[in-house]
Amino acid sequence: MTKPAQNSNQYARRKDKGASQSRVSLGDKLGSYASHHKLIAKDSFLRLLKTPIPSLMTWLVIGIALALPGGLFVALANVESVSKGWDGAAQVSLYLHKAVGEQDSRKLADKIRLRDDVAEVEYISAVQALEEFKKLSGYGDVLNQLDSNPLPAVIVVRPVDDSHANTQVLFEALQAIPQVEQAVIDLEWVQRLYSMMALGKRMTLALAALLSLGVLLVIGNTIRLAIESRRDEIVIVKLVGATNAFVRRPFLYTGLWYGLGGGIMAWLIISISVLWLSKPVAVLAGLYQSEFSLQGLAAGEVLMLWLAAGLLGLLGAWLAVGRHLGSIEPR
Amino acid sequence: MIQFDNVSKRYEGGHEALRNVSFHINKNEMLFLTGHSGAGKSTLLKLMMMMERPTSGQVFVDGQNLRGLPSRHIPALRRNIGVVFQNHQLLFDRSVFDNVALPLIIAGYQPRDIARRVRAALDKVGLLSKEKKMPVTLSGGEQQRVGIARAVVNKPKILLADEPTGNLDPELSAEIMHLFEQFNQVGVTVLIASHDLSLIARLPYRMMTLRQGQVVSGISGRPHD
Repeated sequence: MTKPAQNSNQYARRKDKGASQSRVSLGDKLGSYASHHKLIAKDSFLRLLKTPIPSLMTWLVIGIALALPGGLFVALANVESVSKGWDGAAQVSLYLHKAVGEQDSRKLADKIRLRDDVAEVEYISAVQALEEFKKLSGYGDVLNQLDSNPLPAVIVVRPVDDSHANTQVLFEALQAIPQVEQAVIDLEWVQRLYSMMALGKRMTLALAALLSLGVLLVIGNTIRLAIESRRDEIVIVKLVGATNAFVRRPFLYTGLWYGLGGGIMAWLIISISVLWLSKPVAVLAGLYQSEFSLQGLAAGEVLMLWLAAGLLGLLGAWLAVGRHLGSIEPR
Repeated sequence: MIQFDNVSKRYEGGHEALRNVSFHINKNEMLFLTGHSGAGKSTLLKLMMMMERPTSGQVFVDGQNLRGLPSRHIPALRRNIGVVFQNHQLLFDRSVFDNVALPLIIAGYQPRDIARRVRAALDKVGLLSKEKKMPVTLSGGEQQRVGIARAVVNKPKILLADEPTGNLDPELSAEIMHLFEQFNQVGVTVLIASHDLSLIARLPYRMMTLRQGQVVSGISGRPHD
């Protein structure tokens, strides 16, 4: 870029003696380069605003495409925060044979308590179990009609190390005790939940990848149309010595604005959805005596969303420009 | 300044636009290029600007051999050449000022320099008062002068014009020619492609005539007819 400007200035000095000619210095170059970027950024944004409906539609398409994986991410994060701490509560419940008497049951509980791999043992007698069940289930009256207690005594065992493997070893050892009718690892379903969530995360990632590709195509196509509609202008600026970078610049900014706008749309969609769902979720949580409330995107995550959307826009524009700009040459 | 050595240009499909064309245009010279449409005038100009590359032979512009010049050097070459088109090639979505400023913006000039140079160029073509107008509101002659201002605003060494008076009446045409003469007098090498023989025959410059892609006359002096 330096050469021709210098040439023309040298020429100018030689010919127009005395006329004040300013050489384009490097500092000036950088300054005008930066101000040109600012100008193009502003100009390409104003161009989008000049056609508000099509621009809004493009932003919405991108926003919806990004809100889907974004919303799934928010949902997973919320499930994760609900279930946090549950995995620390893995325990084995031992249901004893009815024939085992109260005394023997307590002895068994004491024996288990002595094991090295057991942290805590809680003994719940059949009577206690029935009382608890009456209280929690609300079927107290019905249960009172019963002749005998249908519930067995239970020994609840918490392992020292509640990793899955360790709990399993303990579970097998305890199951082998003759007095134990049935042993159950409680919260096995938490583990199932976790593997489901791991699956969900993968699916969110796959969905995000697919929809990002969709966003790339949408932006690429939109930019292609923008290039087509400015074909004459591209030919003219190339004729008066524009570099490819100069021609590319407004379209790259357009892509950036499409992406960023789409990211903001996605953020709005997610935020409004969270707001809309938070009340029923709070009511539901209240029914379970939980203080859980729905969380939206954190500030950092919002920035990441915008950044990713902007980069997608830039990349889509870059691909479109690379494919279509080369074919437009002055003829 | 501009030199063609045995230049031929064959387009895809076999049309031979130029055949073994050789000539030399001196620094600070003003020269007319004539011939019927389809004789190869436009191709000749396109080769100088690297809008096309020759099939064979060599083109030199300002001492630079264009053969093998990589595409990334084309913008630098074009900034040294001002071009005026018959159809003006103005951008109709922006003002006269912005049209003329285009080459300066591309070359990375400071805004204050741009304003000064654009006004100087517009003053030269007599359109200083119309800088804020949109090109559509101007007459054909005025649009052509905007095109000329844009071609010279960057102070190029070479000025090419392809049928610059094509759509203008004789009086306006003479005015435009006079402008080109003025640029030539301050040292710009000027090459004008035109079939307006009645106009250019009166002017004291060399004339080169192309017929079916070959130089048929005038490379060293006055034309035959």
